[in-house]
Amino acid sequence: MAKPLPWLKPGILVGGIVPGVVIATEAATGTLAADPIAAMLNRFGLLALVFLIASLACTPLNVLFRWAWPARIRRMLGLFAFGYATAHVSTYVGIDQTFDFAAIVEDFAKRPFILVGFLAFVSLVPLALTSTNESVKRLGYRKWKRLHRLAYAAGIFASIHFILRVKKDLTEPLIYTAILAALFLVRGLVSVRKRLKTAAVASSKP
Amino acid sequence: MATGNPKSSEITPERLYLRRREIIKNGALFVGTASAVAGGLLALTGRRQPAPPGKAAPIASAPEADGGVGAAPGVLTVARSTDYADGEKKSSFEDITTYNNFYELGLDKGDPARNGGSLRTRPWTVAIEGEVHKPGVIGIEDLLRSFPLEERIYRMRCVEAWSLVVPWLGFPLSKLLQRFEPTSNAKYVAFETLFDPEQLPGQKRRVLDWPYVEGLRIDEAMHPLTLIAVGLYGRVLPNQNGAPLRLVVPWKYGFKGIKSIVRIRLVADQPRTTWNEAAPDEYGFYANVNPNVDHPRWSQATERRVGEWGRRPTLLFNGYADQVAHLYRGMDLKKFF
Repeated sequence: MAKPLPWLKPGILVGGIVPGVVIATEAATGTLAADPIAAMLNRFGLLALVFLIASLACTPLNVLFRWAWPARIRRMLGLFAFGYATAHVSTYVGIDQTFDFAAIVEDFAKRPFILVGFLAFVSLVPLALTSTNESVKRLGYRKWKRLHRLAYAAGIFASIHFILRVKKDLTEPLIYTAILAALFLVRGLVSVRKRLKTAAVASSKP
Repeated sequence: MATGNPKSSEITPERLYLRRREIIKNGALFVGTASAVAGGLLALTGRRQPAPPGKAAPIASAPEADGGVGAAPGVLTVARSTDYADGEKKSSFEDITTYNNFYELGLDKGDPARNGGSLRTRPWTVAIEGEVHKPGVIGIEDLLRSFPLEERIYRMRCVEAWSLVVPWLGFPLSKLLQRFEPTSNAKYVAFETLFDPEQLPGQKRRVLDWPYVEGLRIDEAMHPLTLIAVGLYGRVLPNQNGAPLRLVVPWKYGFKGIKSIVRIRLVADQPRTTWNEAAPDEYGFYANVNPNVDHPRWSQATERRVGEWGRRPTLLFNGYADQVAHLYRGMDLKKFF
């Protein structure tokens, strides 16, 4: 039997790559913006956050609507988040600061939002490295799952990074933070319900 | 033999036929998903094309510049041109007019060029009041006739660590102020932008405490480098750059250069200023360009010239230290940032 929804993964894959290609092409041809570096930083960063939130939304969507398909694209969404985060960090390190590591270290020390952003990126690295099926087997599902809770931390760090970065109008970062908070709430409620159930089962035993 | 029926070998087997339908359906769903995801992401992450500068802010109501017989609309007559940017390459007209911080016309750098059309710059008056012997109101046409316009090429350094080189057209603020005869009590000058949420739709949202206000010490205001700009690149100031008149103080961060001014008040005490009130630890009253005093969230040691990839060192007082450093002698520039 053919796999269900054979178009889903290729569709997400191509749809996810296109914005990156558009940004890179516009930057290369000088049509991105008057300040292309700022535009690259902002857009890669936002793409990373959107994909991170999308990957964190898969389980809550399954819980709320009993949809099975989000789980099948979760890994791809997470890897897109990592990919765009890498593009974002590379733009900062390579193009914005031109590998001036003294200036970067100074930025870290003096500017909390850069440090927080770096923490978000660093939390994604082990997740990307252990994204294969083999890693799940090697680590064991429980351990793997516990490790991948780092995605929550990355989401929180990324939101703080965004909030601290904005000069005045907080609307946009707060919208993303609110979505993230709603996703956490769903997960929190699920885990509370699970615990109550287990407790009920345990107490009903003779 | 001449029957219309195809040979049985030519009939597509039903299984293949159904598969073909499925392939087409899946193909369509793939294309739909890919375009929806790509389109959604591009929309979400702000791929907005800035409008061509001329279109967004038509210079339809351009003033009849003096000696304007035969002059193209919007072209201003200039008495002389002086380069105050040490021969540095001028930023392009497009960069200067599509990369703007003018929150009254939107928060994105490209917004002011897109939204500038709603600002009406004629008729326009400026009230000059407070500690002056002859308070009054002056119309923009009168203003343009009163002082010979000169071109001045200045560096413009934004507090956000980017910069431009702009060929402004205007006249020294001191000439305007002298005409209204400041009293000896005039220690500071307070400026105010037009407040009209219909013309400046950004004012419908309280991102800042509107109207935008700025201020200078009287000696800063009277300094020969301090300019009232009414144009750039030989033409009437585009709306997104603060038409019809704006302040330009080349040794200070760009936010001191208040746009679309309607009121100038000479006062005895230091006036309140918008960004200083919004974030006192980030934006000071003086806001002199200083590579040694960082913004709390980023370094001011370097800057990026719009249109270039690399960074260049930021100069003390934006390179105008020889002309203005004496104004701040004995002052702790870290304290009075």
